[in-house]
Amino acid sequence: MGMKGWQQFWRQLSLFVLLALALTGCGKDELSALKPSGPVAAMQFDLMKLSSAIMVGVFIVVVLIFTYVLIRYRKRPGQQGIPKQVEGNHALEILWTVIPFLLLIVMAIPTVTTGFALHKDYTKEEALQVNVTAHQFWWEFEYPDLGVATAQDLVLPVGKKVQFHLTSADVVHAFWIPALGGKIDTNPGQENKIWLQADKTGTFYGKCAELCGASHALMDFKVEVLDQTAFDKWADRMKGVQAAEPATAAGASAAQGQEIFDKSCLGCHAVAGKGGKMGPNLTNFADRERVAGILAHTPENVAEWLKDPQKVKPGNNMPNLNLEDQQVKALVDYLNTLTVK
Amino acid sequence: MSAHASHAPKRSGLWDWLTTVDHKKIAILYLIAGGLFFLVGGFEALLIRLQLMYPEASVVGAKTFNELITMHGTTMIFLAVMPVIFALMNAVVPLQIGARDVAFPFVNALSFWLFFFGGVLMNTSWFLGGAPDAGWTSYPTLALNQYSGHGVDFYVLGLQIAGLGTLIGGINFLVTIINMRAPGMTFMRMPMFTWSSFVTSGLILFAFPAITVGLVLLMFDRLFGGNFFNPDAGGNVVIWEHLFWIFGHPEVYILILPAFGVISEVVSTFSKKRLFGYSSMVFATALIGFLAFMVWAHHMFTTGLGAIANTLFGLATMLIAVPTGIKIFNWLLTMWGGQITFPTANLWAVSFIPTFTIGGMTGVMLAIPPANYQYHDSYFVVAHFHYVIVGGLVFGLFAGLYYWWPKMFGKMLNETLGKWNFWTFFIGFHLTFFPQHFLGLMGMPRRVFTYLKDQNLDVGNFISTIGVFGMTIGTILFLVNVAVTAKSSKRAPADPWDGRSLEWSIPSPPPEYNFAQTPLVRGLDAFWIEKMAGNKGMTPAEPLGDIHMPSPSFLPFLMSVGLFIAGYGFLYHNYVVVVIGLIVTFACMIARSVKDDPGYHIHEDEIEDKGVKA
Repeated sequence: MGMKGWQQFWRQLSLFVLLALALTGCGKDELSALKPSGPVAAMQFDLMKLSSAIMVGVFIVVVLIFTYVLIRYRKRPGQQGIPKQVEGNHALEILWTVIPFLLLIVMAIPTVTTGFALHKDYTKEEALQVNVTAHQFWWEFEYPDLGVATAQDLVLPVGKKVQFHLTSADVVHAFWIPALGGKIDTNPGQENKIWLQADKTGTFYGKCAELCGASHALMDFKVEVLDQTAFDKWADRMKGVQAAEPATAAGASAAQGQEIFDKSCLGCHAVAGKGGKMGPNLTNFADRERVAGILAHTPENVAEWLKDPQKVKPGNNMPNLNLEDQQVKALVDYLNTLTVK
Repeated sequence: MSAHASHAPKRSGLWDWLTTVDHKKIAILYLIAGGLFFLVGGFEALLIRLQLMYPEASVVGAKTFNELITMHGTTMIFLAVMPVIFALMNAVVPLQIGARDVAFPFVNALSFWLFFFGGVLMNTSWFLGGAPDAGWTSYPTLALNQYSGHGVDFYVLGLQIAGLGTLIGGINFLVTIINMRAPGMTFMRMPMFTWSSFVTSGLILFAFPAITVGLVLLMFDRLFGGNFFNPDAGGNVVIWEHLFWIFGHPEVYILILPAFGVISEVVSTFSKKRLFGYSSMVFATALIGFLAFMVWAHHMFTTGLGAIANTLFGLATMLIAVPTGIKIFNWLLTMWGGQITFPTANLWAVSFIPTFTIGGMTGVMLAIPPANYQYHDSYFVVAHFHYVIVGGLVFGLFAGLYYWWPKMFGKMLNETLGKWNFWTFFIGFHLTFFPQHFLGLMGMPRRVFTYLKDQNLDVGNFISTIGVFGMTIGTILFLVNVAVTAKSSKRAPADPWDGRSLEWSIPSPPPEYNFAQTPLVRGLDAFWIEKMAGNKGMTPAEPLGDIHMPSPSFLPFLMSVGLFIAGYGFLYHNYVVVVIGLIVTFACMIARSVKDDPGYHIHEDEIEDKGVKA
């Protein structure tokens, strides 16, 4: 393969890359780190842009020299003699030691300033405090100052700093909302802190980023960002509901479902002011974006989960209750009454 | 001593391979075993990519997927690329320094068999209840009994046995390079591959004890109810992360430095020029080796170590870009003004330069902690380390294999097949891993067995899987090439590439004793100097005489089998089996210690290449 092949290859590669980018864009608004929707993600994105720009610059220099050398100094037919054996060149060697060093300093300064800005602790300031506990394979969210607990759907007010306190109930997980900012591990037996802020209302996608078992890939959660009034309203209603006993469901099927729930589910799942903490809190189950963090919120999918939780999320801790179809339907009806909206 | 009195019995076939202590044969053993594990690890990668070809696919289940990623990583790092590096080091380093073997030939065989049986033990987990599934990093508490299967015990024991082999292998090469250099072969005249092998061996010496400590603690937790990493009983999960990465980061340089060495040799040979900036290359290699131990926490930026630790480890990591940049520019300037030819060996070496540069650049990007919080544990990291380990190391290994194949086997690999091998693998590689940078930034975490349909991750994953087919075809073509070459009757000359270092001054493949007479080294590129001076070969540093050789031995094999048996004893809590295994190993050690082994002599008359009278 001669030089033509090389040039052609690089041209095709770059064309291909552009094509791939055009096809996928920069990812989904709700999920992509390339579409920052808050100050943390924005600062991180600025560092990404700065470092990629410098790196692409360096790469272009390398590839230019590389291409020139390969074209100019390839052995030509009939070429004789031995090339000059060059030991080195001090000026050049100093040059390519000093220039990278200077480039690193350009990157180092914002690295230090941003680094310390991101590690600020807003625990004692006017920030919303949220305790996060990661479980195989779901997320528990608690608002200690508001007296509210929920799971899977994290509800946040727009434009306000949120100070997270994170830990894990079992293995190491990592808490990641790419559009709002980078991740932090949740270590069992320790507390980690991170602050984030959303500058847009809407729904963002969160992920677990540290291998945590069979259903690591399915440990998604949602972030619902509301304006301050809507958030306050949500928090008030949650607080009210969770301070009281569960309401009695209306309708025959839902009532039967509640009976089954109280007997078989309440030991692990809390509803309103009652129930265990082993599984996700279901106080506002009907308001959630997804079932089990991944499936569309339809009665069919709730039923699918109840019939065989292991099929949807392998390795999760919910046992198969071996429910009959009629019981499943009753439970679905009951669960869909659990709303605070 | 009379020659015939201590003559080695002639051994042939399998028995010869099981008892050999010859570094050239051990190199071939390492290559075969490492190559087989490479195929296993590659097959695992193929299944991983097939599962991820489409969203919400179910080619393999969630648990199987975790077993596949765990075994893919562990196999490729410990059982595939490290052994192939040891294959090249064994095949080349003694020849490059003008030695007749390594310092401890017996220990060399032991290194190989320990690695081999450790690897076999780990892989039998597939048939004994499931492979390890906690990732190659095996972070507790996931890697503890409550959260993962029996497979992780195979990881813990297999890696301890294999790691022992690697550690003593590293010590062996340190001693060899320090003590066995031919007269005139000063440190600053050593070929770059020998230099990088030297620094790599030093890294092995200091890095492997860290993971051994970690594995022993994990073994106590898993097998004997210890609580080192169990937070419920006062243990701490972060300590494992530190121990793992204090080993794990130097390990990255243990892998890449020999590739740097290969590239330096190949690029210089095929440019017909001496290596540009040799002394700065040596300095850069040593500096990278030193910095390797100062940066481990950059694998733990999201662990929660705090702003000060993260920033300092980040800045230290960035510094590595400087010596690495020195190397890149030195290679470019080596080619500058040369007469470059492109046999397959050089295609791999030349394409290494831009490919590795990409991996190095994403490395600098990853070193910035605040941005790293986005990259960490995403597909961006997967792309980065595959650019370094495949685009860097594996390209380097292929370059080395095509370059030294004639020296190892006495035959040249087929060039036409070689070019097909290169282009399919090269294009497949970039197709596979380039889109993964973007997948990571678009929110795809690593080690996920699937991704949902509506998340814009489909196109990148599809392209990535298509790329794997290219790499698969490339690998198959290499195997075809090996078979075709083995069948061919054409013999390779001693110096097919117009080489520069000592290995090209002796026949291909070299005789048992390598050098009939130890050569006298007069400078860097020792053989090139003699050729330029119009000499036919090296000037001998000693008169022709009887050559003392080490005896072959079955003990290294048996000692490793003993530990292999003891490993299963531990796995199944059967302490009778443990004791039997350890007795085998210790009995062999005692036998080795008390029985005097004088070796044997090859008589002057039996030396084929009479060389020059000194």
